[in-house]
Order: sequence, then C-alpha cells, then structure tokens
Amino acid sequence: MVCQECNQRPATLHFTKIMNGEKAEFHLCEKCAQEHGDMFMINNGSGFSINNLLSGLFNIDTSYANNQAQLNKQTQVVQCEQCSMTFPQFVKVGKFGCAHCYDSFRAQLRPIIKRLHSGNWNHNGKIPTRMGGDIHLKKQIEDLKITLKELITKEEFEKAAETRDAIRQLEKEMKNHLEGGE
Amino acid sequence: MNLSLERFINQAVSSWMSAEGPDSDIVLSSRIRLARNIKQVNFPTIFSHDEAKRVIDIIKARMEKSTFDTYGDFSLLQMDDLQPLQKRVLMEKHLISPHLAENASHGACLLTENEEVSIMLNEEDHIRIQCLFPGFQLSEALEVANQIDDWLETEIDYAYDEQVGYLTSCPTNVGTGLRASVMMHLPGLVLTHQMNRIIPAINQLGLVVRGIYGEGSEALGNIFQVSNQITLGKSEEDIAEDLKSVVEQLISQERSAREALAKTSNIQLEDRVFRSYGILSNSRIIESKEAARCLSDVRLGIDMDYLQGISKNILNELMVLTQPGFLQQYAGGPLRPFERDIRRASLIRERLKMEDQELGG
Repeated sequence: MVCQECNQRPATLHFTKIMNGEKAEFHLCEKCAQEHGDMFMINNGSGFSINNLLSGLFNIDTSYANNQAQLNKQTQVVQCEQCSMTFPQFVKVGKFGCAHCYDSFRAQLRPIIKRLHSGNWNHNGKIPTRMGGDIHLKKQIEDLKITLKELITKEEFEKAAETRDAIRQLEKEMKNHLEGGE
Repeated sequence: MNLSLERFINQAVSSWMSAEGPDSDIVLSSRIRLARNIKQVNFPTIFSHDEAKRVIDIIKARMEKSTFDTYGDFSLLQMDDLQPLQKRVLMEKHLISPHLAENASHGACLLTENEEVSIMLNEEDHIRIQCLFPGFQLSEALEVANQIDDWLETEIDYAYDEQVGYLTSCPTNVGTGLRASVMMHLPGLVLTHQMNRIIPAINQLGLVVRGIYGEGSEALGNIFQVSNQITLGKSEEDIAEDLKSVVEQLISQERSAREALAKTSNIQLEDRVFRSYGILSNSRIIESKEAARCLSDVRLGIDMDYLQGISKNILNELMVLTQPGFLQQYAGGPLRPFERDIRRASLIRERLKMEDQELGG
C-alpha cells in the first residue's frame, strides 16, 4: 500500500481514528507520519491538545485540497480580509483569528465543521435578542415549514392548515418589520 | 491546629464541593459553559494587548451599568495581579482553566461569592460563562448561564452568524458554544469492570467520558466527567437533555452495580472500605493516587452505610484540598513532592479527626 500523503513511499503506519462514532482510516509512510507527528504523540503527555489533533485532521484535508488544486493548477491561498489569517495558518493553529474568518473560509470550512459536529451545519439554538427580531422570525418560519412538511407526509391536514396559517402570519409580521425598519 | 484547618477549609471550599443537590451520592457536580465572543474584536488567538484590554473594559462597563442580581456582585480577578499559587488554587477548584492561569494575555475572571458562577475573560474565547453546581443540576445550571448570557448581551454585541450560531475561536465550540458536563463517582461500575464497556457506548452518542483527576485514561478516585462533544445542530436544551438521559442511565447502572456488590461481595467490600479508612486515618506519607483510591472507597462506604458519621463531602473536598496547589497554600510555601505527600497525609488525618470531634461533641 502506498502512503496516502506523498503517494510515493510505502505506507508503514496504519491507524483508525474514530470521531463522533465516524471511522476514518489513515495509511502513511514514516516520513509523512513524522511530519504529522502530533497525531501520534497522544501518549507522550506533554503539549498534546485537541488542537494538535484538529490540525492533524485539517492537514489531511488540505493535502487532499492541495492535490486537487495542483490538478487544477490553481494555487491561491485564501486569506481573511479582516485579520489577515490565511487558511493554512488556521489549519496549523486549529483556531480562527476573528469572527470574520468564518466568512472568509466558509467554503473550506463546511466539510470540517460538518465532520466535527456529526454532519451538522445549522445552528438550532439560542439567538441573541439584540440581533433584532428578524432572525427570530426567520428561524420560527423555517421551523414551522419543517413541521408543515412533516404534517403533510403524515397526512394530518387539519394541523397542516393551522401551521400554514401561522407561517403566513409570521411572514406578514416580518414584512411589516422590514418596512417599519426602513 | 484544627481550628486553623477548619478555617482553611471554610475558605477553600466552593459550593460545588458540598455533597448536596439531587443524586449527590453519585453525581458530584454539574457544569455548564457558554463560549461567547465580542463582535469586531479579534479572537484571543491573535488579538493585540490593546484589544485584550478592550475586552476587560467592555465587561467592566457592563458591570457598572447594572449588576447581575441573582447571585450578588461579581468580583473581578485579573490574572496579572495574582500570585502563581493563587492561580493554581483557582485552577484546582475548577474555577479557571490552566490556559487562563498560565498563558492568557490580560486574562481575568469574574467570580460570585459562592463560586457557583465564574466568567473567564480572554481565555480561548473573549467570554466563557461557567456555572458549577453541586449534585445533578444541569438544567438549573443552564438556566443561570442563560440569564448571565442575557444580562451580558443587553449591552454587548456578540459575534454571531445566522448559519452557524455563536462564533468561537475553535470550530469545536461553534454553534451553541455550550459544553455541559457532569462529574460522577462511579466506583461500582469500576469494581465490576463495566466502564470499559460503557465508555465506547457513550462515545457513540456524541458524548465524551474521561477521568478528571489523573493523566491519560486513568480516572483517579473513580471520578469521571461526562460531557457533550457536539455544540452545533442541537438546541442548548436538547444538548442538556441528551446528556441528562445518559447520566440518568449511568446513575441507575451504578446503583445496581453497588447492589450487586453488596450481595455478592459484602464482606470483601466492607473490608476494603475499612482498610482504606484505616490508611487515611493513620498514614504519615500518602501519594495522591493512593489518597484518591482510599477516598473513593470511604465515600462508597458512607453511601452504602458501612461507615457512619462521616460527612459525604469528604471525597469532593479532599480530592481538591490534597492537590499540590492547595497543599502548598495550606503549608504557606512551596513544597517538594515528598513533602507534599507528608503534608497530604497529615491534612487528611486532621480532617478525619474533625469528623470524630463533631461526632463526640
């Protein structure tokens, strides 16, 4: 078996990583494994942190991305315009420089965040009240639309009609809200 | 001598160490943490000293505007003003993280009098609200954390994204920024060799189990922490509920393991409890590992009525008070490891003597 990192030397280290119940297998040669040494240093006690593990995880991602990029002959580095952190830097540290990084790296982040959070990419929790009523209304409408679909598949049409009316009412509120805000 | 120990303990003990609250025979404490960042300020990963100071100023301004009444006033502790030993003690009480104590730039924490609420500033995120309650009180802790979050938010704009929620410096916390965790004493499951089977099963559910004392996979004192891994996609309430239902399962499994032990190995268990009690009340030198094992046995002995008249909080309390930082604070200066083992043994002996006196008096 050839090392999945360099695609040259034979893979001598094989390991399985399980995260949130999802299995991922890695086959690396010694040299590449050393470069990603952090991933194997779990037992040396000193300095190992979740971020080492994370950056290991991202590194694999970027190596794939790099291969892809080389194929496309595109080698541009994405950089956050707010704090100037580059995507490779984020991968190395495992932490963002600022809130805007989430926007700057959104395309690359999606698979990473989904992998970290069992396939989730949508926040379903608390919304800051100061964010204005809009988000709250939007979220409520989205939730109700999901309920509506469920009710229709369950053929509970009476409840579905009620839900539809509730959605209309909220959409009206939102329209008023937007007009009032201008 | 005892009087000073009593005073030391009274000052040292946080509310979460008291063996009170629901299911406190198994659940030692419940903790909720919310990670928040301030809009338009770079994350602590790269922020400048000025930005770090700005975070503190923003929080100070918030406190001046109005107080958070439910828990009385917060006191602001700036890490730069504290001695290394003082920071270590806060760390051993689980009120601040090692990172805040050692590496944070302009790190600070806001503490309530009873130490149930601790807000870390300029840790990995600008703001980390933590509520640490005794016993099994996850929903209660979440409610208080939410109230504090709302109180802060009335004056502070958070970094928030419609798609992925609260933005945190590490992508493992994005979304709710919520880490819910429960500290559990599970000697029955350890003695019946069930933990190795249970831990992978819990991991499958997106939860993490680990020992909080000791290194690597060992759990000193049979104390485990169960917490959520995933912060995005579920509501705060659902995350807490999911953890709660697993903890309830663990509680009932631990109870049946204890019942089984009492049936099958009653005399062996009683022997084990009293031997450990003997070691704790007589030893002159004791390492933290042995102390933790014996404290766990004694606590189990109390819960199973082999031992009477000893307060239940002896495990939670002494697990914290016999950490290096506390021992050195009690000694009033630095101690080498061997000196710590002597000091640890004498602190435990005296603490147990206090129990006897209370019984006699």
